[in-house]
Amino acid sequence: MATAHDDAPMHLQAARNGSVADHVARPIMRVENVDVYYGDFRAVTDVNLAFGLNEITALIGPSGCGKSTLLRSLNRMNDLIEGARVEGEILFHGENIYGKGVDPIEVRRRIGMVFQKPNPFPKSIYDNIAYGPRVTGMKVESMDDLVEESLTRAALWDEVKDKLKQSAIGLSGGQQQRLCIARAISVRPDVILMDEPCASLDPIATMRIEDLMQELRKQYTIVIVTHNMQQAARVADRTAFFTAQVSEGSGARTGVLVEYGTTTQIFEDPTDQRTEDYISGRFG
Amino acid sequence: MRSLQDSLAGAPTMPLKTGRAPGERRAAPLVFLILLWLSLAVAVIFLITLIVNIVLEGGSRFGLPLFTEYPSSSPDRAGARPAILGSMWVIGTTAVLTIPLGVAAAVHLEEFADRKHWFNRVIELNVQNLAAVPSIVYGLLALAFLTLVGVRDKNIVIGGALALSLLILPVIIIATREAIRAVPAEIRDGSLALGATKWQTTWRQVLPASVPGIATGSILALSRALGEAAPLLLLGALVFVSFDPNGLLSGFTTLPIQIFNWTGRPQEGFHELAAAASLLLLGLLLVMNGLAIFIRNRYQKRW
Ligand SMILES: Nc1ncnc2c1ncn2[C@@H]1O[C@H](COP(=O)(O)OP(=O)(O)O)[C@@H](O)[C@H]1O
Ligand SMILES: [Mg+2]
Repeated sequence: MATAHDDAPMHLQAARNGSVADHVARPIMRVENVDVYYGDFRAVTDVNLAFGLNEITALIGPSGCGKSTLLRSLNRMNDLIEGARVEGEILFHGENIYGKGVDPIEVRRRIGMVFQKPNPFPKSIYDNIAYGPRVTGMKVESMDDLVEESLTRAALWDEVKDKLKQSAIGLSGGQQQRLCIARAISVRPDVILMDEPCASLDPIATMRIEDLMQELRKQYTIVIVTHNMQQAARVADRTAFFTAQVSEGSGARTGVLVEYGTTTQIFEDPTDQRTEDYISGRFG
Repeated sequence: MRSLQDSLAGAPTMPLKTGRAPGERRAAPLVFLILLWLSLAVAVIFLITLIVNIVLEGGSRFGLPLFTEYPSSSPDRAGARPAILGSMWVIGTTAVLTIPLGVAAAVHLEEFADRKHWFNRVIELNVQNLAAVPSIVYGLLALAFLTLVGVRDKNIVIGGALALSLLILPVIIIATREAIRAVPAEIRDGSLALGATKWQTTWRQVLPASVPGIATGSILALSRALGEAAPLLLLGALVFVSFDPNGLLSGFTTLPIQIFNWTGRPQEGFHELAAAASLLLLGLLLVMNGLAIFIRNRYQKRW
C-alpha cells in the first residue's frame, strides 16, 4: 500500500488518510496512492481519498497545490495535457479508470465535469443540452423531454423555456454555469466534478448554484474544488485539505493531502496544525 | 458637499511637472504622424488616379457587349465573354480543389499532428515558406506536372486550376489554422468532458466555430488567384478563345490575360476594352474583399 517515499512524515500521512478514506460509507470512487506528473514535475503526490455515493466532497487548499490537477485526473481530462501522467489507482465502481482497455471517452461520460469559467458552446440553449446525448449515441426516446428534464434539474428551465432556440452566449454568467451543469447531467453521469464553479459568479448566482448542488446530490455524487472555505463549509459533507509541500533539495512544490474528514471535523476539530492555520486564515 | 467644494477651492493649485518643454515633447510624434499621413495620401492618390483613369478610358465600353461578345479582330465587335466564363471556371475549380484540401491539412496540423515530430515541423516550415513563393514558380510546377502525366495541350481549365491551387493552398492552410487556433480551449474541453471523441469535437465544435475565419481566408485567397496572370501565361492561356469553356478539359483564357492581350494591341479601341475589363476585375475584387471583411466583422468574437 505505502509507496517508497523517503520522507517519513508522508508515510504516516498516507496511512492516516487511508484510514479516514476507509470510513466513507458507500464509496463510488477511490483514489489510491495517486501521484500526478506533468513531465518530470510531480504536481501531486500520494493521495488517498474516497468519494461517498450521493455525497458532496470539497477539495480545498491554497492556489497551486494541485486541486485542479487531481480533479482532472478523476475523469481522465488530464490525458489531454501533453506529458501529464497518473501513477497509482483511481477506482470507479471498483474498476481502475487508468486500467488497460478502459476507454477514456466512456470514463468522461460517466464522470462529468463543470469548469471554472462557464463554457457554453456557441450554439442554441437546446443544442447545448442535446449535444452530449447526440455525440455519445445515447438512446433517447424524446430529446425534447431530455432537454427539459436536464434544464429542470439544473434549475434553469423556467428562465429559458421560451428561448430554447436562442444562443446560449446571451445568458448571464450564472445562467451559463447552470446551463453547463444541465449539459453535464444530460448524459446521465454518476459523478459530477466541479472546478471552482462559482469563481466567476456574483454572490446571488453563487447561492443559486449552491442550492442546486444540494438538489443534485440526491442523484449524483459531487466533487467540488473551491477556493472559498465558507462555500466548502456550507455545501460539503466531507472536505479534503491539500497544501503544497516544498522539497528541501530541489525547492519543487508538490501538492499533498494533509487531512480528510467530515466537513464538521475539518472545520471544528482539525487534527493537523496546517489545516488549522489555513482554516483560521493564518496562511493561504 | 459644500464644505468639500469649499475646501477644494481653497487648496493651492499644483501643476503636474513635465520636466520638458511642451514643444520638445510633441515634435517627434508630430513629424511621424505627418509622414504617416503623407504615405497614406500617396497610396490613396495613386489608387484614385488609377480608377479615374480606367473609368475615363473604359467607362464607355463597360456595357452589355463586354459580357456577351467574343473576342474579335475588330475592337468594335469584341467582348470578354469567354474570359469572364474562363475566370469563373478556373476560380471555381480552384476553390473546389483547395478549400477541402487546405482545411483538412490545417485540421490535421492543428488538432492531430504531433507537433514535436520532425516531419510535422518540416511541413509547418514549408507551408509558411510556400506562401511567399512567386506565383510564376507554381506555373512552372503545374507545367512540369502536366508534362509528366502526358497532357499535350496544357491550357485547360484543370491545368490552370492546378497552378492556382498550388499558389493559394498555403494561404488557405495558414488562414484556417489561425481560425482553428482562435477557438477557445474551453470549448474543446467542454465537448470532450461530455464523452465526445476528439474527432466529434473537431467536426462538431471546432470547425463550425472556425467557418467565418475559413471563409474570410478562402475568399481573400481566391481573390488573389482571380487577379493572377503569370502562372496561367506559362500554361499558354494567352490564346484566342472564341468559345465558352464548358468543362475541366476545356481550353480557356481569363480576365487578367484578356486584359494583357488587349493592352498589347496597337488599336485604341482595344485599350478601351482593356480598361473596361479592368474595371470589371477591380469591381469583382472589391466585392470579394468586401464580403470577406463583412464576414469577419459579422462573426467576430462570439465568446
Ligand atoms: N498543464 C500543466 N502543465 C504543467 N504544469 C501544470 C499544468 N497545470 C498545472 N500545473 C502545475 O501543477 C501545479 C498544481 O496546479 P493546479 O492543479 O492548477 O493547482 P490548483 O488548482 O490547486 O490551484 C502547479 O504548480 C501548476 O503550475
Ligand atoms: Mg485550480
